[in-house]
Amino acid sequence: MHAIATHIWLIPLLPLLAAGVVALLPKRASTAAIGLATGSMGLALVLSLAAFLATLGGHADGAAHATHIGNFDWFRLGTGSVRLGFLLDPLGAVMLVMVSFVGLLIFIFSIGYMAHDPNRTRFFCFLALFASAMLGVVVANSLLLLFACWEVMGVASYLLIGFWYHKPSAAVAAKKAFLVTRIGDIGLFLGMLWMYHATGTLLFFDDGRGCLEADALTQLGGTAVRGGLTAATGIALLLLVGAIGKSGQVPLHVWLPDAMEGPTPVSALIHAATMVAAGVFLVARVFPLMTGGVDTPVGEGTSVALQAVAGVGALTAVFAACLAVAQQDIKRILAYSTVSQLGYMFLGLGTGGVAVGMFHLITHAFFKALLFLGAGSVIHGCHEQQDIRWMGGLRRLMPVTYATYAVGMMALAGVPLFFSGFWSKDEILHAAWSWAPSRWPFVLGVVGAFLTAFYMTRQMAEVFFGQYRGGVRPHVGHGIPEATHGGTAGGVHESPGVMTVPLVLLAGSTLVLGWLGTPAWPWFEAYLNGHSAHLDFGRLAAAWPMMLVSVVVVALGIGTGWWVYGRRSRVGATAPDPLESQFPRIFRGLQARLYVDELYDATVVRLHHVVSMVCGWMDELVLGGLVTLVGLGSRLAAFSARSLDELLVNLGFDAGCASTRWGGRGFSWLQNGSAQRYLGGLGLGLATLAILVLWGWRHG
Amino acid sequence: MNPAQPYLFLAAALFIIGMAGALARRNAILALVGIELMLNAANLSFVAFWRHGPHPDPQTGLMFALFSIAIAGAEAAVGLALIIALFRHRRSVSLEAAESLKG
Repeated sequence: MHAIATHIWLIPLLPLLAAGVVALLPKRASTAAIGLATGSMGLALVLSLAAFLATLGGHADGAAHATHIGNFDWFRLGTGSVRLGFLLDPLGAVMLVMVSFVGLLIFIFSIGYMAHDPNRTRFFCFLALFASAMLGVVVANSLLLLFACWEVMGVASYLLIGFWYHKPSAAVAAKKAFLVTRIGDIGLFLGMLWMYHATGTLLFFDDGRGCLEADALTQLGGTAVRGGLTAATGIALLLLVGAIGKSGQVPLHVWLPDAMEGPTPVSALIHAATMVAAGVFLVARVFPLMTGGVDTPVGEGTSVALQAVAGVGALTAVFAACLAVAQQDIKRILAYSTVSQLGYMFLGLGTGGVAVGMFHLITHAFFKALLFLGAGSVIHGCHEQQDIRWMGGLRRLMPVTYATYAVGMMALAGVPLFFSGFWSKDEILHAAWSWAPSRWPFVLGVVGAFLTAFYMTRQMAEVFFGQYRGGVRPHVGHGIPEATHGGTAGGVHESPGVMTVPLVLLAGSTLVLGWLGTPAWPWFEAYLNGHSAHLDFGRLAAAWPMMLVSVVVVALGIGTGWWVYGRRSRVGATAPDPLESQFPRIFRGLQARLYVDELYDATVVRLHHVVSMVCGWMDELVLGGLVTLVGLGSRLAAFSARSLDELLVNLGFDAGCASTRWGGRGFSWLQNGSAQRYLGGLGLGLATLAILVLWGWRHG
Repeated sequence: MNPAQPYLFLAAALFIIGMAGALARRNAILALVGIELMLNAANLSFVAFWRHGPHPDPQTGLMFALFSIAIAGAEAAVGLALIIALFRHRRSVSLEAAESLKG
């Protein structure tokens, strides 16, 4: 066993220590804070790479699953003990490398992006805390430890979304994100409790006694609850609720677009690359449970839980893509695109198994981080402008950002051959096509792919082509200023090297990663499943019809997008969207996010208001009445006590005081401070006593 | 004549002299000396009453006197320490200077 496998806990610990130390630093020590946070992340990346290599070595030994486990007692209760553990397997190793690599690049990008923020120290503390929690989720070998890190991540995300807490919208968005994900977390928590109740352990792997190993799975799969569902399905569905909350799937997607109120590196790190992937990772981690405890071959997993995963994913993929078409904020478009792509990952997990979903997760993490950082660079260059209507023509003004953004856009849209997104999305569509229960996920997936290509083309055309329209600087997202003239560059500038270098690195990874999972050489799947990959072009021949379909869909999407938005660029910022003038009602509906937030406002939030009003009424009338009654009683008692005091006690007391004062004045004459006078008094008394005794003796 | 009588007269004389010194002296050290004299008068009468009393065999009176002497030593130490403190405070050992505790 490699040394790194036994010390895997160091990877999350390093950023955690950095966060702790940074938290104690004074505000002005921002350079030290940046150094600590970034340095710890760099070390974590080095360790992650070592861990990754260690799992590669496991393959060479022919081990079926290169899994290293280290469990320990957390505390003992009576005869039993609560055990936690750390785990290194290919799934975790690949996530470790992704999280620490993308994380490090985003940390570096943040140095430039946050250069003018006075609260950089706090920012880097939160970033390091977040990274630590995410790495903890990845290496946890216990549902309990995973849950703990999961919650820390939720807190870090809350702190980072609300980083600019003086903006009311950011404060509200942070609260919303925290509460909505909490709904999912309740599901995860209940699933965890049920799991512990049913199996007596929360460790994933524990030499045959863990809850993801054959014994427990057979037991869970054999326990019927009601409605023909097994305990395994019930737990899996509850865990899925947690994953849905964290990964922003329908119907808990509403927090993710609002979370764009945070600084852009946060959006890139949390709401694109890593945190939202945690839900997908959780499903992948408990995948044996998701298959209902039955060891079905990949591609035929038709358990109820997996059908739910696939259904939720497919629905989300299309739904979010529709909403992305009509958004005006560059980050919101990307946010909905993230929701949509996460839907694809769920679809991949549900229909094709761990490898298919995880491959899209990894490729997406890179190109979505790239897109978000690119958007950050654009926003930085355009003086904090986020509305794409006020951009345009940035192709010439920000060439590096433009080139890298184009790579990300093509990967996301799924342009064939050289871009990673093509290969991973193609695999998902392929898996959905051959899925036995239903063809609907495939159809939805294809529609989603078309929409993805369409809205990304729209965004590219609006942001980078045409004329620059932001001559006059409006307030972000609100108010339409009168005077806007095209052509003036308005001081737009390319971002500094500390921001563009991460972009270039991410773009490079985006181009390279796709080759790890092509049908001809499915290295990624082989690596996750623990066997070695062979180069076989025959498989490519079998896969080409599907590839052709996705190429046609993508070409259609990009073509339509270009036809609508690229042919003639927008005249001025206030001109209506071409789609808006064609289909005003649909466009406005989409722009208003299909009124999901309003629906929640009208139902859940309204219900909540009613319940809290009833509670308030109860509080005011019943409890408040009781409190008032008690208060009245004590006031009455206090009044009578006071009258008694004033009429009886005080008079007697005052008289006592007066006599004491009078007596004291007399005695204070006696106490003159001279010790000898006191002694004289003593002697006088003694003499008197002696005379009296003698007198009595004589006459008695 | 009771055999204890001369000792008791001596003790009474010592007590009166000590008391006069403690009352009349302005110097704190000499007042302390007077107090010591009064203590020793008491010790003398202890021993006299024990020696010529009804139970001379157990050494009770002697022991009492020994304890009293030990206590007198301790008391002298405390008293001298007080006088030093007083001197440091007022640059004087006169008892007339120490009368700030008046009512």
